[in-house]
Amino acid sequence: MSTPAQAPLLSINALRFRWPKAGADCLAIDRFELQRGETAFLRGPSGCGKSTLLSLVAGVLTANRGSVRLLGHDWQELSSARRDRLRADHVGYIFQQFNLLGYLSVLDNVLLACRFSARRAGQAGDARQTAQRLLERVGLEAPDWRRRASDLSVGQQQRVAAARALIGRPDLVIADEPTSALDEVLRESFMDLLLQACAENGSALLFVSHDARLAPRFQRQLDLTLINQANADAGVSL
Amino acid sequence: MKALFKLAVHSAWNRRFVLSLVVLSIALSTFLLLGIERIRADVRENFSQSVSGTDLIVGARTGAVQLLLYSVFRIGSATNNIRWSSVQSISQHKAVAWTVPISLGDTHRGFAVVGTSIGYFDHFRHGDQQPLILAQGQPFGSVFDAVLGADVAERLHYALGDRIVLSHGDGKMAANDHADKPFTVVGILRRTGTPVDRSVHIGLNGMEAIHLDWVAGAPLPGMAVPANQLNQYDLTPKRVTAVLVGLKNRAAVFSVQRSISEFQGEPLMAILPGVALDELWDVVGIGERALVAMSLLVALVSLAGLVAVITASLDQRRRELAILRALGAGPQQILWLLALEGTLVTLCGLLIGTGVCALTIFALGPLSGSHLGVTLRLQTLSSSEWALLGAVLASGMIASFVPGWRAYRLSLTDGLSPRI
Repeated sequence: MSTPAQAPLLSINALRFRWPKAGADCLAIDRFELQRGETAFLRGPSGCGKSTLLSLVAGVLTANRGSVRLLGHDWQELSSARRDRLRADHVGYIFQQFNLLGYLSVLDNVLLACRFSARRAGQAGDARQTAQRLLERVGLEAPDWRRRASDLSVGQQQRVAAARALIGRPDLVIADEPTSALDEVLRESFMDLLLQACAENGSALLFVSHDARLAPRFQRQLDLTLINQANADAGVSL
Repeated sequence: MKALFKLAVHSAWNRRFVLSLVVLSIALSTFLLLGIERIRADVRENFSQSVSGTDLIVGARTGAVQLLLYSVFRIGSATNNIRWSSVQSISQHKAVAWTVPISLGDTHRGFAVVGTSIGYFDHFRHGDQQPLILAQGQPFGSVFDAVLGADVAERLHYALGDRIVLSHGDGKMAANDHADKPFTVVGILRRTGTPVDRSVHIGLNGMEAIHLDWVAGAPLPGMAVPANQLNQYDLTPKRVTAVLVGLKNRAAVFSVQRSISEFQGEPLMAILPGVALDELWDVVGIGERALVAMSLLVALVSLAGLVAVITASLDQRRRELAILRALGAGPQQILWLLALEGTLVTLCGLLIGTGVCALTIFALGPLSGSHLGVTLRLQTLSSSEWALLGAVLASGMIASFVPGWRAYRLSLTDGLSPRI
């Protein structure tokens, strides 16, 4: 897919999103942009539409009005198959927890991102070696690579998820409260890893959390309750 | 697709316990389907192999199927016999090449005794025009000689030179044994896979000899004829049960059939073995179809189980589907993932069922041959068996789209945040 060179990585314009059957808008964001390589901290209490926004940014949901563009492509104008491909090619995603397929090995979980995207497989070069390098980078040594993902601790699982989100150098890494299941020590080391790896990769990071203590580490800090003009309480909060 | 396949395999392996139950149930129904189909085909094969080279079978007037059953398969019994004079007239018909009379009714320890002429060994054919071959010994020469079928010799452990006593009728009453006139085993036939294997063959004169002193199915008191006085008697049979007829030219078969049915001396009928077999299949076919329908129903139930198990597992897998969606898997790929899983499970069931069926036939085939009279042979799958397997696989694939479709819907509504 060709990418307009000057377009910002992510741009949201006059976005309105309302869940089917809901009485009011869940999200109303007039303007939001994220540049390539930028790290942004998006703060918001639970239920303010964070996950909905992330689904819109990842192109799993599409806006009712306005536009969400990734690399200049308006998600809404793409067919569902093209959306899936754009997401596979350019977005790495880290969930709050349960990121991994428990029945695959640690290494296969990381490689999974390359299986759905030829572009990322290409950028990873020797995918297996790159995956191993990334796993080492996030602190998982060779003996752990062959283990089933379900055998890992939560902290280890989140680090594998970070490696998977980063393999093949996606332009955007979305992290949805990835540290909420970690204790303080693990959280700090995870944040270090994630931010450093994103910087090395040149990936932008959109990090969502309700934990304001993490905010100073990011280039930009935003509050979703401030940029979202919809009355969050009226929508179905997810 | 390759990535999906690998995922489907891994994911299924992760839930192997529950899925193996489904595989087992599909394997079982495959076994049932193939087993019934194989038995059906082999029974037909066995029946149609039982007689060949015989153009007409002549007997007293009865049903064509009945005449075939008792004359060739020793099933049931004749209601009426044919006079010897009629047999002679038929053999003198200008289109007739040979006749082999057979006389039934006696048994030896459950095996049918066939009184026949020496021509039986020359003219009787089975399978693909194969003649009878003696594994040991020679055809019967004197009055009290007997030639055994392979099963008779094997099951009763007889060897050449052994003396055997024939029983009148089914042998249930000891008083009906022809104990005064034992027969000597002079020959043992090579296995044919036909009712011949389960028959004791004696000459028509021997058959006549053991019944000299019998009237209306019972020995006459005080009229016993000792074996050494037999040369004073005419041992030409008075009646036989049926006659196998070979023609000089097969084209004459219908005219000979007609002339026999118009025979003046007594009411007779002549049947073409192949035509009578077809009639038999018409009757048997109803039962066969019922069996096949039953096993198809069992297969259907297994596939319903497949749908139920995979669909039920979906609720626990919504997390998995969301992860795949985040990685860029489309709803269609999710659908294919589930459909692949169902197809794989069906395929495993089919392979295991086919394997077990082959093993069972391999292990029990010889046993069924000697005990049931139906030789089950291990052979490559026939076209109808392939069709059955294909039908089950296709149904399995179609059924797999049910959980596939549900997963498709779920992944659309759940997106990245499944509501578990």
